[in-house]
Amino acid sequence: MSRTTATDSALQSRADFGSDTADKSPSKAFRDYIAKLRAGELGSLPALLGLATLVIVFASASPVFLSLTNLANLLSQSSGRMLIAMGLVFVLLIGEIDVSAGAASGVTAAVLALHYVNNGNLLGGMGEPVFIIFVVLNLVAVGLAIWMKIWAAAVISLIPVAIALIGFTANPWIGMVLAVTVGTSIGTITGFLVAKVRIPSFVITLALFLTWQGVILRLIGDGGVLGINSEPTLRSVANGNLSPVFGWILYAVSVAGFSAVVIGQHLIRRRRHLATSPVIVLVAKVGLLVLLGAAATALLNLNRSQNDNVVISGIPYVVPIVLVLLVAGTYVLNRTRYGRHIYSVGGNAEASRRAGIDVPKIRASVFIVSSSLAAVGAIVYSSKVGSVDPTAGGLNTLLFAVGAAVIGGTSLFGGRGRLSNAVIGGLVLAVVENGLGLLNQPAAIVAIVTGLVLALAAAVDALSRRRSTKF
Amino acid sequence: MTDLLTLEGVNKAFGPVHVLHGVNFSVRPGEVVALVGDNGAGKSTLVKSIAGIHPIDSGTIRFNGEVVHLHDPKAASKLGIEVVYQDLALADNLDIVQNMYLGRERGSSWFMDEITMEEEARKTLASLSVRTINSVRQPVSSLSGGQRQIVAIAKSVLWDSKVILLDEPTAALGVAQTKQVLDLVRRLAEQGLGVVLISHNLGDVFEVADRIAVLYLGQLVAQVPTSEVTQNQVVELITSGRSGELGVARLDTASISAL
Repeated sequence: MSRTTATDSALQSRADFGSDTADKSPSKAFRDYIAKLRAGELGSLPALLGLATLVIVFASASPVFLSLTNLANLLSQSSGRMLIAMGLVFVLLIGEIDVSAGAASGVTAAVLALHYVNNGNLLGGMGEPVFIIFVVLNLVAVGLAIWMKIWAAAVISLIPVAIALIGFTANPWIGMVLAVTVGTSIGTITGFLVAKVRIPSFVITLALFLTWQGVILRLIGDGGVLGINSEPTLRSVANGNLSPVFGWILYAVSVAGFSAVVIGQHLIRRRRHLATSPVIVLVAKVGLLVLLGAAATALLNLNRSQNDNVVISGIPYVVPIVLVLLVAGTYVLNRTRYGRHIYSVGGNAEASRRAGIDVPKIRASVFIVSSSLAAVGAIVYSSKVGSVDPTAGGLNTLLFAVGAAVIGGTSLFGGRGRLSNAVIGGLVLAVVENGLGLLNQPAAIVAIVTGLVLALAAAVDALSRRRSTKF
Repeated sequence: MTDLLTLEGVNKAFGPVHVLHGVNFSVRPGEVVALVGDNGAGKSTLVKSIAGIHPIDSGTIRFNGEVVHLHDPKAASKLGIEVVYQDLALADNLDIVQNMYLGRERGSSWFMDEITMEEEARKTLASLSVRTINSVRQPVSSLSGGQRQIVAIAKSVLWDSKVILLDEPTAALGVAQTKQVLDLVRRLAEQGLGVVLISHNLGDVFEVADRIAVLYLGQLVAQVPTSEVTQNQVVELITSGRSGELGVARLDTASISAL
């Protein structure tokens, strides 16, 4: 319903916007990119440069760093936190924080382990009072979700109630569904307290952080350890690998999908006379993915076992897990109305309210996404460790996840960031930890360096924000 | 010319404070009417009543001759009444297209039609002869104050609007930017919209307005063609409610002051 005069043809409107017409030349595209950087839109660039530097430093300092075993290990070690960080990006995008995401992930891990260890008998595992509270809290989450009109969360929060009351016997898939749906319930409660009761997110999630830690302790018992290593599916989530053939299929699907989207977009925009990036940039992007993907797949498909009797090869399962969630989440953020509204609430909540967006609903929903993804992260890190103990999701889990998001370029001030930031930032932190470990540095040095990297990232965020808001 | 929007005897009070007294006010298509008045004269309240934010207590509002009830902002925007507020409702982190379509994105909720939005945003800006914007895909944070105001105004045009209320659109702008915005205001009227311009700056008002409506202590004391008054007369109307033959009678003024 745009108001267009009859004389205004497509060509006419093209002539009015210098930068929006047809193909950009490569040099013009490059200048635009530099201008964007100068305006403070750094994105993941600092993190990528940092990652490259770290890899070069550690590769030259330690011969083991670039070994296949270590690289595969790096991926499976970092992916749990990466997933939690991906969830946190949603919360950070609206300018809030979820300090309880780590502890919440621990609760879901504990419930998963209890379900497995007690062969599906949650009533027996928890004891009657705790079991009743568990069921009631999930029902409360259902009610709150209905109140906030977040129907998906209402349905999902019913699932743990059903699993608990029906009492399926232990099954790794039901266990994982249980963990993720409990995460959804937890997120619904957090989201309600932040968005409807309007408690500042830092305070309420700090309170919940303490609460969930207590809950984990209550569920597992002081000094208790619940082993989930004996279940092959649960073990292989973080420790298993795709067979080489499936590795190549994953590669082919990824490359084909990426190329189709990028090239399709280019052709459609060109047909409609909209600005397109130069073909050479397009070719470079696709080419880079083809080459790097092929190299990574080929390397990970080599046998990396140090024992001659065992063959360990293939892409770790965590890679497709992270990849699928990354692609799905990025799609939601960039292409759906919901994603657009998350950015707008983070950029200007008042403008969003005036535009008719249900701001409290968006606010609550990001906590639900965050806790649900944290539960996926919990499954991965519990699988890596092989057991769940009272420290699950505690210690530095949350701080690493926030750090990963911020190092990757997601702003703590809201409105700016992408899911890929969490992955890149997560890799930076994992490389620091892993590399310093290989160099036999004590924990003190690891902590100090990690902290300084995070401080640097936060400084870059603050400075680039100052740059982009001045006019 | 028939009126697009007519207010007859509109009253509005907040508790004991009577803000609008029997206001008669009209907006015509293709015309810029300036709404002027001192601070506290009721300009904002009048605008918010038209926008449906503060429903009126008594009186009638006609839209295209028919009586309408503007109980909430949705009712107003459904009729095509759009308000561009002083504190621009733009999200800094989104680009121009995303801001113009915020809350009313094209396409399905699971797949927004970015390309159509981009095309139409550009056509709208082009039809308003906006030439100072380099790319519709640049974030709003990179725009100057005048450009932001232009985007905010263009946003309101996108929605088949009939009446646009501009609340101090040039308040924080420099000379060149003010000119751009005033040009845009003129073009809105040329496209057949009814434009209400609220401004403190009489220079701006005399430059673009076809008519001037003066509010004085909640009363609409004069509604005159710009060509028939001088700046001095308007200043007098704003400060004392009367100027020669125009405005309220002296007795009336006294009784209102006594309130």
